[in-house]
Amino acid sequence: MENFLNALIWLTNFSILPAITYGSQLALGALGITLVFSILRFGNFAHGETMSIGTAFTILFMWLLWRLGGDLFPISLGPIPIPTALIALIPGLVVTALVVLLTDMIVYRYYRKQRVTPTMMTIVSVGVMFFYAGLVRFIIGTGDQAVSDLSRSEKFITKAGDLKKWARGTEDFTWIKEGIGLQWTQAYTVIIVIVLVALLFWFLNKTRTGKSMRAYSDNEDLALLSGINPDRVVLVTWLIGGSLAVVAGVLFGMDKSFKPFTYFQLLLPMFAAAIVGGIGQPVGAIVGGYIVAFSEILLTTNAKKIWNYVAPSDLDVTGNLQLLSTDYKFAVSFIILVLVLLVRPTGIFKGKVI
Amino acid sequence: MSGSRSSVRAQGDQTVRIGLAYGLIAVALLLVGAYIGWNYMLSILLFCIVSAIMSLGVNIQWGYAGLFNAGIMGFTALGGLTAVLVTYAPVNEAWAAAGIWPWAFFASMLISILIGVVALRILPKGNNRLWVVGLIAFVGFFVSRWFYFQATPLIEAVNPAGTGFLGGLGIYDWPILSLIPGWALIGSLIVFLLGGVVAAGAAFLIGKLTLGLRADYLAIATLGISEIVIFFLKNEEWLTRGVKNVTTLPRPITQPVDLIEAAWFQNFVNGWFGGVYTDEQLRSAASLVVKLGYVALFSLVLLVIFILAQRALNSPWGRMMRAIRDNEVSANAMGKNIVGRHLEVFVLGSAVVGIAGAMLTTVVGQFTPTEYIPLRFTFLIWVMVIVGGSGNNFGSVFGGFLIWFVWILAEPIGGAFMDWATTSAIFFVLPSIQDLNATLAQHLVDVAPQIRLMLMGIVLLLVLRFSPSGILPEVVPGRVSK
Repeated sequence: MENFLNALIWLTNFSILPAITYGSQLALGALGITLVFSILRFGNFAHGETMSIGTAFTILFMWLLWRLGGDLFPISLGPIPIPTALIALIPGLVVTALVVLLTDMIVYRYYRKQRVTPTMMTIVSVGVMFFYAGLVRFIIGTGDQAVSDLSRSEKFITKAGDLKKWARGTEDFTWIKEGIGLQWTQAYTVIIVIVLVALLFWFLNKTRTGKSMRAYSDNEDLALLSGINPDRVVLVTWLIGGSLAVVAGVLFGMDKSFKPFTYFQLLLPMFAAAIVGGIGQPVGAIVGGYIVAFSEILLTTNAKKIWNYVAPSDLDVTGNLQLLSTDYKFAVSFIILVLVLLVRPTGIFKGKVI
Repeated sequence: MSGSRSSVRAQGDQTVRIGLAYGLIAVALLLVGAYIGWNYMLSILLFCIVSAIMSLGVNIQWGYAGLFNAGIMGFTALGGLTAVLVTYAPVNEAWAAAGIWPWAFFASMLISILIGVVALRILPKGNNRLWVVGLIAFVGFFVSRWFYFQATPLIEAVNPAGTGFLGGLGIYDWPILSLIPGWALIGSLIVFLLGGVVAAGAAFLIGKLTLGLRADYLAIATLGISEIVIFFLKNEEWLTRGVKNVTTLPRPITQPVDLIEAAWFQNFVNGWFGGVYTDEQLRSAASLVVKLGYVALFSLVLLVIFILAQRALNSPWGRMMRAIRDNEVSANAMGKNIVGRHLEVFVLGSAVVGIAGAMLTTVVGQFTPTEYIPLRFTFLIWVMVIVGGSGNNFGSVFGGFLIWFVWILAEPIGGAFMDWATTSAIFFVLPSIQDLNATLAQHLVDVAPQIRLMLMGIVLLLVLRFSPSGILPEVVPGRVSK
């Protein structure tokens, strides 16, 4: 039993916590993809680059804050440190919203009026992707940038050692040999995602605009007949999708780091999440995000320690007990994607097939 | 009557357009040759030809049949891998060190696949079959994985800085065959062909899995596959050396350094310059001659593929493809097997891309998995096809030339512009940010190459907006062009 609990603690630390964080980030990204997919009716290849642009602007504002504030940043409220990126996120969101709306005005609107096929729209989004990719790299370069500015001492809510230290001081828990390290960025990710998702669902289900968006997604002609203003629906869709992408991008960057190419590669898991959940289903996008994240991380976890805890000690292994090497995590999202498309093209939550 | 007449006019119109477009490219290349240097021009031309072949391959998929394949990069890389595996000399020490293990690995994989396929055929349909086949796959995976873990450390331990992989077949040095005059050239053509075959094989498997998906789902699925292929190439060091790259690939055409030593070449240069020449001129002449050789070889390949593609397009098969592309439902009603035809065209197009991939690796002389990025190897090719004119082979070749030309020249031009902009007065007008200026100027010079990504986006969007069928639009015989 104690061995089993130790294994569980280990798994929580090395797989479950990272998977929850990564899954939350994917969920936000997938929400944007699913909204654009269901309302504008095309797969937006520029979504990863939208994330990238928003994060790049946020980093610029963060640098500006550092310059203006001197040693002030990162500020903290009592014991709670606030990464400067979260403050810079606000102007970052505004700028990205402008970029996205301008793109729609200059590029997408024309094709929407022409009623071109979804494939054509996707190709148009490839053009946008190129432009965004160039813009991001032009603004911030191709290298790695740190997004979180919390120092090593501020980074953790509890360190992995803390649990072990506490356990050593007690009578009953001395069997605990593993620790759990919880980072502030992980906590922020989960809290922000919960708040945003709650807001989004309230918006989609309770407000007039939200309802008109759902109506437009279900049946465009009927929605137009009942007097819904399509331009407004499209505008709000871009605003929400773009903003969610930026938040996802900044959270991902705080968790790991910002690099334009990495953000491009997030496109595949995000699409996988949106399609697994069912296109046009916000709940599906969230569930899909966690499914993709958990499969990626669990399938590439090296389960050696768990095995050694749980199995009888004469069966201990010293090598790797890994189903897939970590480098193949993209293969996991791909396999999930293809399986879902083949077995149940509408996804778990019966999304639409446009 | 009027239909056929305007079709004739459209044909004539098309000929003029083709003439103008190709004339433009020729003039541009000549200008680069005259003002920058012929060596540089020939390098651009070589890559133009390779790009043209790639865009022909994409055109076969997208232009003929409307398949949105966003995995071009993967097929290019597989072609490149084939070039490595066929031409690189086998690393005998690695084979010796690994002993039986690699064979056990290959055998166990093959056997489990065979058993799986046989089980799939023999057993009756139902849940049981699924479980049995799943179990076979699971066991097979772990057995071959165990052999794999025995083999790879042994292979990778052999001279890791120099080889550390199994090497290839070393086709250029094969006994007997290498006595045939010009064997290296024939061999290189075989290499290109094999690159195509490997890419076609991969395309067959991938197509079986993903065709039948809707167009933009297909795009996402193929994009994913191409990423996986690249991850595979980066990580399987025993096969590809991974990120350590395979450099010094054997070449089908003598290297300039060796050419300089050749007596006939020295005589030739002597005659050309009338006896007076510097070492610099000799080296440059050698490099020119070698590049001309590659240009001739590659042009031959391009010509053959182009003629075949053109014939296919104008054959009943090509008409059927266009019919399927334009209206799947009616084509289906006419008894055409849509998924089967799509698989065919997917395999053919990918094979062409694979050939181009093998050519690319051959001419560069090295295989660097990290260089394969989707923007450059997938989406840039898409820009070529769409800007050139999808459905028109002349257009695809033109697009390949034009876009590669712009892509490659945008870098030095952007850099020169940034140098000028950052050193000229405009940057020192604002004294308050003077301390930022130096950093900012440095940054702008560093990121100048990225301008071309933006440029490509703008070019693609402009063409899509103002000339959606491309610069040389598709001409269908008998159809009135708009």
